[in-house]
Amino acid sequence: MAWDMDSDRPIYAQLVERIKMQIVSGYYPCGAKMPSVRELAAEAAVNPNTMQRAFAELERSGLILTQRTNGRTVTEDKALVEGVRHDMARSHMNTFVDRMRELGYTGDEILTLLKEVLGL
Amino acid sequence: MNELVEFLGVTKSYDSKKIAVDNVTLKLPKGKIIGLLGPNGSGKTTLIKMMNGLLVPTSGSIRINGVPVGAQTKAMVAYLPDRTYLTGNKTVSHILDYFVDFYADFSRERAEQMLANLGIDPSARMNSLSKGTKEKVQLILVMSRNADLYVLDEPIAGVDPAARDYILRTIINNYNPEATVLISTHLISDIEQVLDEVVFMRYGKLVLYTSVDNIREEKGKSVDAYFREVFAC
Repeated sequence: MAWDMDSDRPIYAQLVERIKMQIVSGYYPCGAKMPSVRELAAEAAVNPNTMQRAFAELERSGLILTQRTNGRTVTEDKALVEGVRHDMARSHMNTFVDRMRELGYTGDEILTLLKEVLGL
Repeated sequence: MNELVEFLGVTKSYDSKKIAVDNVTLKLPKGKIIGLLGPNGSGKTTLIKMMNGLLVPTSGSIRINGVPVGAQTKAMVAYLPDRTYLTGNKTVSHILDYFVDFYADFSRERAEQMLANLGIDPSARMNSLSKGTKEKVQLILVMSRNADLYVLDEPIAGVDPAARDYILRTIINNYNPEATVLISTHLISDIEQVLDEVVFMRYGKLVLYTSVDNIREEKGKSVDAYFREVFAC
């Protein structure tokens, strides 16, 4: 199945997000071997050069390591993955809070509603 | 040298009034999948025919791997024309024999594998196949060569969406970092994810040559949406 992409943002950035998500959610756990650029490009139905660019970005961030003999693996650094996970969570929360404020909710009202939804 | 194709001031006029390709200068690199996009009558097919030596430019020159287009470059280019040339009562398998004889870089194994994946019987006669299946056979023949440049003129227009996905995957899987694939189409949204770069043409002129992610980054919209804006009627 080809990956769904937004039409208004660079494809490589969307690939980076998607793979980051797969790493922090444990689909590709710490130390796991990553598929090759070609395999993943075929799975996503995207250009291999674009997938290569996404991998380069993930290597820069340290989430993916390239070993000369062993292809690419997910980092063993659990703290790094946890940090990325936390950043992504914060970013979702910021979006959520912005939307709620657009609806005219105050901080207290947001908290009350959130507790209600979570059943706390 | 990273250039594969070089167009230098290429012009083609069919008569004094109609200029199909107007002074196009363009260099295409190796290892890219490039979309050749433009409305009907913008000169895409004329440009492609000149790359394959089927038409001769009125002025200007085209080089592939530094060699002027001619007999020598035909061995480097795998070309899918905009209409079928495989008619008659030959079987698919018989046509594979021809291609094996004709092209040193043709892989019969790869062709047979792709035929099997698409459920096409090699013993079927060409004139017993549907229009879409004929197009698939032609594309398989082209993609089974190990060429430096693949030139595909409207490769997906006539086939169903599932086969379209398979064809795009085939292009990705056969991707070779030294080879370039040039795809002319107006079905932009279907192939946008697969492209590195796009060439826009209008009235025979080169309008734009850039990367897909550049358009998305700078314009905040897909190539398809941007195309509709540039070529709005």
